[in-house]
Amino acid sequence: MAEIKEELSEAKKDLERWEKETLEPVLERHPERKESFEGISLEPVERLYTQADVDDIIADHGSDLPGEYPYKRGIHPTGYRGKLWTMRQFAGFSSPEKTNARFKYLMGQGQTGLSVAYDLPALMGLDADSPLSEGEVGKCGVAVSSLADFEALFDGISLEDVTVSQTINAPAWIFLAFYIVVAEKQGADFRKISGTLQNDILKEYIAQKEWVYPIRPAMKLVIDTFEYCSEHLPRYNPISVSGYHIREAGATALQELAFTLRDGVEYVEYGVDRGMDVDSFVPRISFFFNAHNDFFEEIAKYRAARIVWAETMRKRFGAKNPRTLKMRFHTQTAGVSLTVQQPLNNIARVAIQALAGVLGGTQSLHTDSYDEALALPTDKAALIALRTQQIIAEETGVANTVDPLGGSYFVESLTQKMVDGCYDYFDKIDGFGGMVEAVEAGFPQREIQESAYQYQRAVERNEQTIVGVNKYSMDEKIHKVDILQIDEKVRDHQLERLEQTKTKRDSGAVETALEKLKKASVANENLMPATIEAVRQYATVEEICTALRDVYGVYEEPAF
Amino acid sequence: MSERKIRVLVAKPGLDGHDRGAKVIARALRDAGMEVIYTGLRQTPEMIAAAALQEDVDAVGISILSGAHNTLCPRIVDLLAENGMTDTLVLVGGIVPEEDIDELKKKGVAEVFLPGTSTQDIVSFLNSNVRN
Repeated sequence: MAEIKEELSEAKKDLERWEKETLEPVLERHPERKESFEGISLEPVERLYTQADVDDIIADHGSDLPGEYPYKRGIHPTGYRGKLWTMRQFAGFSSPEKTNARFKYLMGQGQTGLSVAYDLPALMGLDADSPLSEGEVGKCGVAVSSLADFEALFDGISLEDVTVSQTINAPAWIFLAFYIVVAEKQGADFRKISGTLQNDILKEYIAQKEWVYPIRPAMKLVIDTFEYCSEHLPRYNPISVSGYHIREAGATALQELAFTLRDGVEYVEYGVDRGMDVDSFVPRISFFFNAHNDFFEEIAKYRAARIVWAETMRKRFGAKNPRTLKMRFHTQTAGVSLTVQQPLNNIARVAIQALAGVLGGTQSLHTDSYDEALALPTDKAALIALRTQQIIAEETGVANTVDPLGGSYFVESLTQKMVDGCYDYFDKIDGFGGMVEAVEAGFPQREIQESAYQYQRAVERNEQTIVGVNKYSMDEKIHKVDILQIDEKVRDHQLERLEQTKTKRDSGAVETALEKLKKASVANENLMPATIEAVRQYATVEEICTALRDVYGVYEEPAF
Repeated sequence: MSERKIRVLVAKPGLDGHDRGAKVIARALRDAGMEVIYTGLRQTPEMIAAAALQEDVDAVGISILSGAHNTLCPRIVDLLAENGMTDTLVLVGGIVPEEDIDELKKKGVAEVFLPGTSTQDIVSFLNSNVRN
């Protein structure tokens, strides 16, 4: 210890000497460009990071090697040398048939996993024929109202052989039931079924705001899926705890990290309260982060995430299974950073953001298409996004060694700052009694709103640069790109199938199944078996949501 | 005599819940001295028009990113007109393809603000176009 102290003071002494002898004369002749330097989270960044910044840190944690607790340098000892990350492009638009064709196209181009985007009616638990769905069917994702749509979506795609990620939250348990019934019809082995359900309802109340029920019954439904999957689908990830949307709503990198991990802790607590063993269900909890523009801050965020999760699972929950401690996560580049102006510039942004995700050790990655600030991506734009990942993986050499930035004074120092800041937020949230209570009090919502506003002000004062927007702007006519138009006829197509489905199904059986579901909810049973039965009888998403609304009520957002 | 403050209804129609833009703009307009009423999420055109009438606003700012603007925005303009609020400015902000902008303006939308717009531009637009 004494030796380290001595070295530390040597490093500090040397720094002081450098400041006097080398730095000061230069600063006198050539002042720096700005008084202070700040990243996109408006956090100050120092001129130089040295040994003096990291000496204290290394002693704090466990192993500094990959594949060992607390996994700062990655969960695999071989990094990407064993297996590259999964290239998983989020896709979904218009009808199930059109999305099915896009999936087959992307798989033909070397994509290794599927990811479904649903339209707003589906996300809100509404059918295509709801008056509230008018103008929204098939717009932001694929339209799905019943099992019939889901069957068309995965026609010719074997659920045993691909991993599918479904971005659905408030009605997620119904979409898990769709998945199970389609897999069953395909004759798939449930032990081999893998995939991910987003199913993160807390971040809906915090950021994305697509909800159906009040927060507490919504939490119950999430825990039902945990319980069901741990018994029946051992390889399926029933949740992807998501910081992505929290960041898009305006959070800083630290807020994204802290709120997401604390959401994760909340799900673990609710699971434990249900009587589940931490080491049996937590290994299947996965995470989902944003990759924004501030390169090193993002890398530090992912490294800090692994440390905090491992430490929290061990210290707070007594986890022993290494798989409980290892955080696995998906990354998507920041949609909010894409500009309408000079849209091809977005290709460069996406590449740099994606590189941060890779250097941070992501397990899977979605790269945004350059045209996504304008509309859903065209085939051409989606292909360039996929190729960007392939270039990073196979041309740049960054996947040849494990955690190539490990030991960087700057990255290590930022990583520690993120860890410390994250625990500070944990303390604040624990002070409310937990994340559910903090969300009910509007705490994370207010924090995010404040950050979003401060960032907007920084942009308008030109303290933060957006190339092509507040600097280097040009006449936009020369940058026009083709965009994807969604055929308004998709609604008619979906209405037709919905009507056919309702005519063909056994309406008595549907009614019985919905009654059983309601009874199960009143009795506070796990709702997965009754939902699977209702789905099998072709009960629609909205019918199922409505049946339970009588029991659970609706959520009204308080004014924050 | 103190001048009447400009009153703006910031509205979020449709199913989309992404309210970052709506909230940032509401606060920026408030900071610029306007009175701002935010409707909250998932308001139907009817609810928005009723709120505009009740609050006697000078302008309605519609935030929309889902692609449903062609269906929802003209309906709000029509409902305002039915309430006799023909002087009320209707502004749209969000993701709107260029091809749709002219069509929306023909149907009575005063201006469409795309991503990247400075909140100061919106403040200036309201200051110069609201009838005092």
